[in-house]
Amino acid sequence: MIDVTTPPAPQKNRPFLGGRRVYRPNAKHVPVLATLALLIVMYSIGVYNYDGFSDTQVLLNVFVDNAFLLVVAVGMTFVILTGGIDLSVGAVIALTTTVAATLLAAGWPAGVVLPLVLLIGTVLGLGMGAVIHFFKVEPFIATLAGMFLARGLSLLIDRNSIPITNDFWTQMAQKRFRFGEGIFISLNVVIALIVVLIAALVLAWNRFGRNVYAIGGNADSALLMGLPVGRTRIAVYTLSGFCASLGGVLYSFYTSSGYSLHGQGLELDAIAAVVIGGVLLTGGSGYVLGTVLGVLVLGLIQTIIAFQGDLNSWWTRIVVGVLLFAFIVLQRLVTRKAK
Amino acid sequence: MAEQAVLRMTGIKKIFPGVVALDGVDFRLLPGEIHALMGENGAGKSTLIKVLTGVYGIDGGEIHLGDAPVLFTGPLQAQQAGISTVYQEVNLCPNLSVAENIFIGREPRRFGRIQWSEMRRRAHGLLARLDLDIDVSAQLDSFSLAIQQMVAIARAIDIQARVLILDEPTSSLDASEVDQLFAVMRRLRDDGVAILFVSHFLDQVYEIADRMTVLRNGGLIGEFRTAELPQMQLVAKMIGKELEALEKIEEQTKDVTVAERRTPILEARELGRTGAIAPFNLTIHQGEVVGLAGLLGSGRTELARLLFGADRPDHGELLVDGKAAAIKAPRDAMANGIAFSSENRRTEGIIGELTVRENIILALQAARGWTRPIPRRRQDELVDKYIKALQIRPADPERQVRDLSGGNQQKVLLARWLIVEPRLLIIDEPTRGIDVGAKAEIQRLVAQLADGGMAVLFVSAELEEVLRLSHKIEVLRDRRLVEELENGDDVDADRIMQTIASGATS
Repeated sequence: MIDVTTPPAPQKNRPFLGGRRVYRPNAKHVPVLATLALLIVMYSIGVYNYDGFSDTQVLLNVFVDNAFLLVVAVGMTFVILTGGIDLSVGAVIALTTTVAATLLAAGWPAGVVLPLVLLIGTVLGLGMGAVIHFFKVEPFIATLAGMFLARGLSLLIDRNSIPITNDFWTQMAQKRFRFGEGIFISLNVVIALIVVLIAALVLAWNRFGRNVYAIGGNADSALLMGLPVGRTRIAVYTLSGFCASLGGVLYSFYTSSGYSLHGQGLELDAIAAVVIGGVLLTGGSGYVLGTVLGVLVLGLIQTIIAFQGDLNSWWTRIVVGVLLFAFIVLQRLVTRKAK
Repeated sequence: MAEQAVLRMTGIKKIFPGVVALDGVDFRLLPGEIHALMGENGAGKSTLIKVLTGVYGIDGGEIHLGDAPVLFTGPLQAQQAGISTVYQEVNLCPNLSVAENIFIGREPRRFGRIQWSEMRRRAHGLLARLDLDIDVSAQLDSFSLAIQQMVAIARAIDIQARVLILDEPTSSLDASEVDQLFAVMRRLRDDGVAILFVSHFLDQVYEIADRMTVLRNGGLIGEFRTAELPQMQLVAKMIGKELEALEKIEEQTKDVTVAERRTPILEARELGRTGAIAPFNLTIHQGEVVGLAGLLGSGRTELARLLFGADRPDHGELLVDGKAAAIKAPRDAMANGIAFSSENRRTEGIIGELTVRENIILALQAARGWTRPIPRRRQDELVDKYIKALQIRPADPERQVRDLSGGNQQKVLLARWLIVEPRLLIIDEPTRGIDVGAKAEIQRLVAQLADGGMAVLFVSAELEEVLRLSHKIEVLRDRRLVEELENGDDVDADRIMQTIASGATS
């Protein structure tokens, strides 16, 4: 007698083979590797076509000119890994620079202004995270509101560009780490790299980081698995807010000014960098290293266009647009194959 | 029983607005037993589990874990107290590794830093306890559902579970995977874990459970030893009436002779699609119920999707009424009078936010085109008719479909396709995950439809069901149609199992 529920089924091929692993490029690494390849190709094109492109400083300047973007993009990486988005970061940069410039101009000491402006973005992020979590508001809407709020506030404070002449600020802006004749990085780069390093460690080795991935993978499951979903989600937006205001501080070092129109569209650059860096927009997959590469790709496009000389700088946008399309399609293909 | 119950629930009462979901239910669970919780959909099984795991509060009664009274306010608390739940849907994160899925939230750490190698080692050891030797650093979604289910269990038992709740764990597993799961359950039972098992498959319950508690309409019917309660009696207790209905169906279908179903509606000639199903021949006649039998993944759904144009064939041709038909998309199939009711009623069928009426009317409206809306009065008439005919409960056309039980959702889905009056209705797994009473009703309905001249292609994992309903049974094995059996007295489950196991017999 053969029971219906227990048929003498043919032994199916299951991935039962444990132990030894055969090397296959992990599907998760493909987008990052693709970005790396793209970066190498772009750099080679630059070196081949333009005199002086191979100078070490050209590459380092990509870092110098984009350090603030890197910091913002790191915060954005956390948000996107949970499957969310933060549209407020550009406006937070404007608010940070405006507040900092205004207070410094009014004679406040840098030691007070610096923590204060960092706090502004952090608190705004915390607020948006709380709204997203407690009122179940779409991140897109909540951070859009945050964006209007921050931009509006900075316009209210001052509609004009305010120069920063504070000694501390000027020192920070002019601080250079030299490695040889004409080879240097600014303080901004050092700060940005420290942020990247911390973020990478947190994502790979810390519970908070792993919870971020879990929420991006399946938030409902994460909740049933007993993970602190709400706390993590709020923390992620807080972190992004902090990174945005830190980015704003770096931006004010970089431009020595505060202006309510700073950082317009920067949120989109940050999102583009994260996506080109291979972080899945639906969340749950990606690396900070990818984001670094993504920022470098954006920076390198600008550099190439600058070297070309006769191209309108808006070409940057066009190339970024094309790349975004390409990478989103690539992500689709990779994830589909994995299924 | 002399043994001390590990879990005792007494006089549990749970009231939802307008409904008493649980009314004075007693339940106990002994260490080292597998205890089945039985009942139709809506009997209160899931409510009882949710009350136990702290998802819902209670309006009366007591829960004792060991000797201490407990009242959990959330799944996390229940977990910490040693009550772990594995749900029907695998509630894990597909993007994380197996090891991480087992340990996330309580990773081994040193100075706040997760110790990955320690975690992998422990995950490997834990899975070894379940007889599973897999690469624990591989991503979870690279494994089959069955393995994922095991990983969920591994996660559950690592939380030092004294009570393990398995809510419909087998509904998406094929037979050999179920065996594997059962082996694990027996091992855990022998280790002294108390297991609460919920399943709609009676055969499985009889295979694995030591005792069972039967609920009906939120009330307790009784606690029984499995060995002392024959299957028919259990069913009677669950639905509250004798199941004559099932036997009637049998009489109904078998008396249709071959001669009465001679007009072919659909004919597949060497139809096939690489990677989905090998080329096959199949003719479906008017008034005929054709059953598709085979294991999970044997190509049942793939075959059905080809006939409906949901996938493009790359081989052979499809004839409707003897003429070659270009069925390139579901629209074309519908124009030819073919309807398809999908197996994934949640994702591909039912739209939970719409009302019963809107869901039922959907296909008919699509067939007419959006420029010609169906008058509301006509809608109400049609919907009322089908709600009555299919006994959809609650019989409220304006209720959102997601509030209905699984069986009733399935009926709504059936109604949607019946309303367009197809000549051939393809139904994929209409009875999966629904209770015995609703199953019988749906089976009876299929038989009636065939009597009325409609052809039905019936896809089901349950052989008994296929045997009971079909005039003709197509047996699939490894994505190949291996045999066509004219259903008769000489055809039984054993015969089909042999074909599935060994390929064509003759």
